[in-house]
Amino acid sequence: MFGHKVRAGFPSPADDYVEAFLDLNEHLIEHKDATFFVQATGDSMTGAGIQEGNLLVVDRALEARHGDIVIAVIDGDLTVKRLEKRRGRIRLMSENPAYAPIEFTEGQELTIWGVVTSVIQRIKR
Amino acid sequence: MTFALVDGNNFYVSCERVFNPRLEGIPVVVLSNNDGCVVARSGEVKALGVKMGAPWFQLKALAARHGILALSSNYTLYADMSNRMMGVISRFSPDQEIYSIDECFLGLDGFPADGLAGMGQRIRQQVLQWVGIPVCVGIAPTKTLAKLANHCAKKNLAGADSVCDFGRLAADDLTALFERIEVGEVWGVGRRLSEQLRAMGITTVRALRDADAALIRREFSVVLERTMLELRGVSCLALEEVAPNKQQIMASRSFGEYVYALTDLEEAVSTYIARAAEKLRRQHSLANAVQVYIRTNPFSEKQPQYQRGITVPLTQATSDTMRLTRAVRWGLKRIYRPGFAYQKAGVMLMDLHGEDQAQGVLFAVSAPARPALMDVIDRANARWGRGTLKLAAEGVRKPWQMKRDRVSPAYTTRWDELPRVS
Repeated sequence: MFGHKVRAGFPSPADDYVEAFLDLNEHLIEHKDATFFVQATGDSMTGAGIQEGNLLVVDRALEARHGDIVIAVIDGDLTVKRLEKRRGRIRLMSENPAYAPIEFTEGQELTIWGVVTSVIQRIKR
Repeated sequence: MTFALVDGNNFYVSCERVFNPRLEGIPVVVLSNNDGCVVARSGEVKALGVKMGAPWFQLKALAARHGILALSSNYTLYADMSNRMMGVISRFSPDQEIYSIDECFLGLDGFPADGLAGMGQRIRQQVLQWVGIPVCVGIAPTKTLAKLANHCAKKNLAGADSVCDFGRLAADDLTALFERIEVGEVWGVGRRLSEQLRAMGITTVRALRDADAALIRREFSVVLERTMLELRGVSCLALEEVAPNKQQIMASRSFGEYVYALTDLEEAVSTYIARAAEKLRRQHSLANAVQVYIRTNPFSEKQPQYQRGITVPLTQATSDTMRLTRAVRWGLKRIYRPGFAYQKAGVMLMDLHGEDQAQGVLFAVSAPARPALMDVIDRANARWGRGTLKLAAEGVRKPWQMKRDRVSPAYTTRWDELPRVS
């Protein structure tokens, strides 16, 4: 049964063609319980299209892989960087030449908080 | 039967640490409403001997010495993190009973016995990765034993890596383990009961398990007899998958500062009744009466004391915020006395029954209820945050609002308080 109300007069001819309305949550969120929103600050990731103030959708259910944009814990702060895993070397890369890579040497633990799956930018008007 | 009890370690502190990793490894406490008492302690704080419920002002010297950080309770955050944690755990079994904000039972019947400990590890790993909360898992043939197994996992008395499956222990080992655990650790054996048991020489879990059932029933109750049977592995308590509806709903708070004026008290109780009514509607119940009470600070001996409550019966059972608000304000006017420094107010919805059992009244004079309007209010507040839509009676100034000096942001429920990443 779809949302067909009994009314006087003719039923809407479009009623049989009603489909679910498009839900952005469904589009942007794969694992609801593991998905968090965070707000980007600074300009270290502008090369990846992440601007100051953008909303980031973060999925903690995903395993971080080489090339992913991740939220990582650096000195107790949450930071957004690109994860580079090559030949046993792990680095967090900014997408802005003004910032140096953060290198992880052996024995140093890198805590990945989550994987960024979408960037939401409002158009100013 | 097989049950698992999964519960979050130092849940409130763990929630805070997810969004503020600087709190990792340092002693942290979370304080109750109004920053009064300790309601959660990090492992570091437990190691310092700080007890649950300790008043914060008594701890200030210790806190300064050890750098204990205190946070106000952020129940909005904890409730959201709890929903997420319960959601992840529910993926492991179709049968789940959410027992409290930070613990739930799972029914594990039909899962192969030799894989249960491994499943416990996967639950633990997945909750940690997805939500960021460390949990312990206890697995056993009864709920009471699962609780105890969880205790053993937490205290590292048995099992490994925060998971303990009593099914994997030999009978002799289990007995030896129960010999070492105080009877007060058993689910449902509170302090008073354990003192009484102790007086009878029943001091350990083993002693209670092996006690004479008839004696326990005679001296105490069938409830304790059931607990005893559960310790023997006889499952008496089934999963309650649907939380039973509450018989009364209370909303009360201590004020951040003393309140003197009737108008301020009116605002406070209006806010509480709005919250309580929302809960009432969520469980699809109606209230037949509402109680309102106010009191001064009983610990402030120099000040004149006053406390009084009044129960206002309703002509027709309702869950309509406006009608309930009118009733509590009517009651408040009757008990309010000027000249006192009020410290606390509360409301209680009483004599509840289901919406479907509503009875008409012979001489109905009240306005019809507004279920559609109430529904809109509840939805708007759920979507855009508490207080988006409210009655003007709740006020906008709220000088009486409780003290929460050290509260963290509503990281997961408010757009303007999201965690920031650089």
